[in-house]
Amino acid sequence: MYVIIAGAGKVGWNLARELLSKDHEVTLIEDDRRRYLVVEQELEHAVQYGDATELWVLERAGIQRADLVIAVTGDDEDNMLICQMAKEKYLTQRIVARVNNPRNLQHFKLLGIQPAVSATDLILRLIEHEVPQYGLVQLLALEGERLEIIELEVVQGAAAAGLRVEEVPLPDGCLIISVLRDGGGFVPKSDTVIEAGDEVLLILDPGLESAITPQFTQSTAAA
Amino acid sequence: MLILIVGAGRVGSAVAKQALEAGHEVSVLDQDPLSHEQLDKDLVDTWEDAGGRFTVGTALEVDALVEAGIEQADVFIAATRGDNTNLVVAQIAQKRFNVPRVIVRVADPARAAWYAEQGLQTICPTQHAIDLVAKAALTPA
Repeated sequence: MYVIIAGAGKVGWNLARELLSKDHEVTLIEDDRRRYLVVEQELEHAVQYGDATELWVLERAGIQRADLVIAVTGDDEDNMLICQMAKEKYLTQRIVARVNNPRNLQHFKLLGIQPAVSATDLILRLIEHEVPQYGLVQLLALEGERLEIIELEVVQGAAAAGLRVEEVPLPDGCLIISVLRDGGGFVPKSDTVIEAGDEVLLILDPGLESAITPQFTQSTAAA
Repeated sequence: MLILIVGAGRVGSAVAKQALEAGHEVSVLDQDPLSHEQLDKDLVDTWEDAGGRFTVGTALEVDALVEAGIEQADVFIAATRGDNTNLVVAQIAQKRFNVPRVIVRVADPARAAWYAEQGLQTICPTQHAIDLVAKAALTPA
């Protein structure tokens, strides 16, 4: 696979290293002369000096034949435009953009830049995964495919607790794909019994959360 | 007609003053509070006394754009120093706020040309300078 990475900061440099070690062809583009010279010591011809928002720099790097363009500069406008031009002008199959300021995520979406990865959001999700105080944790959203994976903790007295997987009343478009219990996880069968204290992972069509969540997180025990 | 100008540099502030003089409502957004001086320059009173609006904020902040009046704007001009900021904020004005006329200054001729093909009204000062200089130099005496 031929990958172009814009921005040789910590993220870009390490991405380039990893991809090169997996035998991919990589060109890293950096517009700070001093940074470029440092990175060039290690990556040699795999790094080019220039502003990746300029068309001739992208073309010099061979964007016409790139399979993947990753924009991870420290500037959100730059990342948006690099990906927009890759996608719309050079018809690159896959793009990945870094979001520095999570408030700019809406602009990436507006311009159709997907996936846009925000470190702040990722860390927030990890925190929620460790401390599931909201009952529902969204683990993964595949927006292009319109699917998401969520994690729910089964509370004591929940409707689903004590039921076999096949008996849990769930809407169409939703499947229990994993049960986390006693520090381990497994893929349940239709006769696996859900227990209170389990964490269950479900894959579902977006929008079904409100129909699914109460089965696991609301106690039906009479007060 | 409400004209919203992002970036109060030489071009932005000069266009702002012309538009105000022509009787339009003019709002200017710039991240630097001191850029206000560009607007006051050559005016008898301050920019506000002359009837203009000024908001401090960065171009990608939706709150700042709304405060500056983007929802009512008939014309949006992106004239900051940064091409990339201009191209992004112009697309926000066009696609999110549906401003009827969006004008964007782009110094890089190559991208000015490509984004013009994509439906943005780009103005490239560099291209104009190239054309004028080339004409001045190459026209037979």
